[in-house]
Amino acid sequence: MFGTEIERLIQLLSRLPGLGPRSGRRAALALLKRKETLLLPLLEQLGRVAESIRSCRICGNLDSAETCAICRDPARENHSLCVVEDVADLWAIERSGAFKGRYHVLGGTLSALDGVGPDELSIGQLVARVKAGGVEEVILALNATVDGQTTAHYLSERLQGLGIGVSRLAHGVPIGGELDYLDDGTLATALKARRPAAG
Amino acid sequence: MQWTDPGIVLSARRHGESAAIVELLTEAHGRHAGLVRGGAGKRLAAVLQPGNRVSATWRGRLPEHLGQLSLEPAGATAAGLLDAAGPLAGLASAVALLRVALPEREPHPRLFAAFGDLAAALAADADWPMAYVRFELLLLAELGFGLDLTRCAATGSTEDLTHVSPVSGRAVSAAAARAYRDRLLPLPAFLLGSQAASADAAAIADGLALTGHFLNRHALAPQARAEPAARRRFAARFSR
Repeated sequence: MFGTEIERLIQLLSRLPGLGPRSGRRAALALLKRKETLLLPLLEQLGRVAESIRSCRICGNLDSAETCAICRDPARENHSLCVVEDVADLWAIERSGAFKGRYHVLGGTLSALDGVGPDELSIGQLVARVKAGGVEEVILALNATVDGQTTAHYLSERLQGLGIGVSRLAHGVPIGGELDYLDDGTLATALKARRPAAG
Repeated sequence: MQWTDPGIVLSARRHGESAAIVELLTEAHGRHAGLVRGGAGKRLAAVLQPGNRVSATWRGRLPEHLGQLSLEPAGATAAGLLDAAGPLAGLASAVALLRVALPEREPHPRLFAAFGDLAAALAADADWPMAYVRFELLLLAELGFGLDLTRCAATGSTEDLTHVSPVSGRAVSAAAARAYRDRLLPLPAFLLGSQAASADAAAIADGLALTGHFLNRHALAPQARAEPAARRRFAARFSR
């Protein structure tokens, strides 16, 4: 149905997260239909990004500089360090505007299924950052999954004895969530973590 | 073909745009995989955590096909353990072992029931480490490599059993073990049914070393499989 080149483009687009063969075809067609306004500018930008973007040597965030904008920012608090699984989580917390400290990107979570062990993650770098001093609290902002929380417990044990506070994100009812639609696990966890009502 | 069976989620791996291939331990159909439509989405993310209980309906044209699973949540085991480091590590280890050691589609209803007991112990029982070691012992028995801890392999005595032969998997009494102590595996007292059930970390470590030795020897090494990392990390918690 397609030429080899288009087939290859569809294959590559299909590998992107959230896309499959069907949406890969749609995306390829959209690019080809808007060659001047979309395909060529995208090609140019992809080239620039491939050339310049790298992982921050301190936190693992993505940036065009060796040290990312967050690590360079003197206004950020040095005493709190938020540990996230990957850059998407860092961006999510930054979008919330609720955290003004520094970050550390682990690069994944311990996973029995995928065979990811502590050596595959940037845990050694995290411990070194904490040992270097200045950090008073490490916030483990990892997913509320078995792998995410297994990693959180592992990190909390690795950071024990370094003289810092280690905290984790709360689990419970999301804003706008209706109890009737919550899964049993979230509801049970929210009940377990209940707190006194103010006033 | 179609069947409905209670199951325990062992793993979920994304497949295509929105589906997932989910592996379950079911009561009557053993370790069984199937395609779950929408399994990669947010709606099922909480349900598809390892250790959770589901009611599974499998449909396929032929029994040997992968087939499709539809799942109804029946118990959120994982959520109740997320805050507890030890029990969560125990859950991850048990699930990882079931995935690598159990053959596919071979029913093990006793193991299924034992997993339910283990999950309950992990959530509420202070003696959950003992429950975990007993679960591994049952796993060995279900795989056909049960240990004989009832009498001494050398003397036939049922008293003062302290070790296990790493070759035969049979208990050895203290008197018979004296000359071979360094070559035998210690047998923690809590694994002997008649003795009082209590164990410190060293006894749990001995129990895990015992089951680990036979799991590796009989269930993992013949399939060229290594001990799951989750189990290694779990065992390390007791050997510090």
